[in-house]
Amino acid sequence: MKTHRAVRTGMSVEQEQTERTIRCLVAKVGLDGHDRGAHVIARALRDAGFEVIYSGLHRAPDEVVQAAVQEDVDVVGISILSGAHNTLVPKILDGLREYDAFDDRLILVGGIVPDDDQAELRGQGVDEIFGPGASMEEMIDYIHENAPER
Amino acid sequence: MSDLVADLLAGKHSALARVITLIENRSSGYREIISDLHQHTGTADVIGVTGSPGAGKSTLVDKVAATYREQGQTVGVIAIDPSSPFSGGAVLGDRIRMASNAGDMDMFFRSMSARGSLGGLSTATTDAVTALDAFGKDKIIVETVGAGQNEVDIVRTADTVAVLVPPGSGDDVQMLKAGILEIGDVFVVNKADLDGADRTVQQLREMLQGQSGRPDSGHHGATELAGDHGDASTDAADDEADESETWNPPIVETVANRGEGVEDFLDALANHGAYLDRTGRREGQARERFAAEIRTLLREDANELLVDELDRRGGIEQYVDAVIERHTDPYTVVDEVLEPLRECLDERRDGN
Repeated sequence: MKTHRAVRTGMSVEQEQTERTIRCLVAKVGLDGHDRGAHVIARALRDAGFEVIYSGLHRAPDEVVQAAVQEDVDVVGISILSGAHNTLVPKILDGLREYDAFDDRLILVGGIVPDDDQAELRGQGVDEIFGPGASMEEMIDYIHENAPER
Repeated sequence: MSDLVADLLAGKHSALARVITLIENRSSGYREIISDLHQHTGTADVIGVTGSPGAGKSTLVDKVAATYREQGQTVGVIAIDPSSPFSGGAVLGDRIRMASNAGDMDMFFRSMSARGSLGGLSTATTDAVTALDAFGKDKIIVETVGAGQNEVDIVRTADTVAVLVPPGSGDDVQMLKAGILEIGDVFVVNKADLDGADRTVQQLREMLQGQSGRPDSGHHGATELAGDHGDASTDAADDEADESETWNPPIVETVANRGEGVEDFLDALANHGAYLDRTGRREGQARERFAAEIRTLLREDANELLVDELDRRGGIEQYVDAVIERHTDPYTVVDEVLEPLRECLDERRDGN
């Protein structure tokens, strides 16, 4: 498993005063055209002071990897409502590992994921899964608490 | 040299991405990184693209980048979007338009927000261009919403500046009046299939002709690329360096989402590049840029030094109080704070 919150090394007082802006990718992957939820989340994250990169619809896993690597996001949020999470999410995780962009990133999945699959995804490296009924506050707090220290 | 710099120079994508993050955050150590990278720069063509929201910048940049990639060139794009002055947050959406380059790692696309509070956006952009240049990108495109001094400063990091104008609305021409007309080397009327495109081209041409403030403006005004094919490039191509040669910004018509006119646009960019080389202006621009960069850094660093000094003296509030009470005035305060600095500089000078 990954270790977030790495030990702080050589951080000056000055640095800690200016809080780092957290960058999040909100990605819609695969053949899933439902992006209302992703839009709402993107806006909520923006209002929480995060920088949000929205991928747009119908992204392939390697596009999500490309975006996550190049944008150097702290949080990769994958929204899937199509039920294809078991196929698509591992591809994204593999891609992130390939480009050395897995360890210091928080990987979140949002959508409808059955309990059995949740355990499987977590085992593969997903940090948290937000299903129906999860509140914005919950998610924002989770990101604040668990965003990787770099 | 740090591992990060070594990784970047070795072509590791995540290292490039992380360096740009450090630049954006002004994290400790970023200055050393830029210093290390500087000697590896100077090979990329830097193109600035600006224009009002909805003009089609991202779509055009996508097509341009895809064409460069087909030619076997590597491309870096920095897209700057506004951030909220209230929460500091931002939704950076330019990436959505980059459909033609999906999954292509040699097309490095990075969204940056105009983080107001950190200031120095133009410095951050310059540094990010340095990182992409050192990484070995052949073409670097800086894309930004064109409004105000900040954006003008940003596109000045580019060798060639393209200004996009959507057809139809007088408002966009109003926007141009606010100073962007002077910085365009190439004008693009995008969405040229819409009603009013011809009129916009006409208006633009008139405005470019009527311009007096342009430092290197020519006497024949703008030439439309489709018709009178870039005279600046053709007559002087066989001449030797002619410093009196002027550049007449061409107006290119494009329909970016269908890829129409992209070749014309690339020709116009290439013509301007050739013009810069032929007249020696590329070097002149670089000199100006570095001079501006040094000045900006001096100002920022000196300012930081003085902010620390103010804090040491107990903060700015007590001075404000004294000024409000009419015990002193702003000029006297500044003289007081600066006195040790002046003394120190005088001493150093006398010492030598």
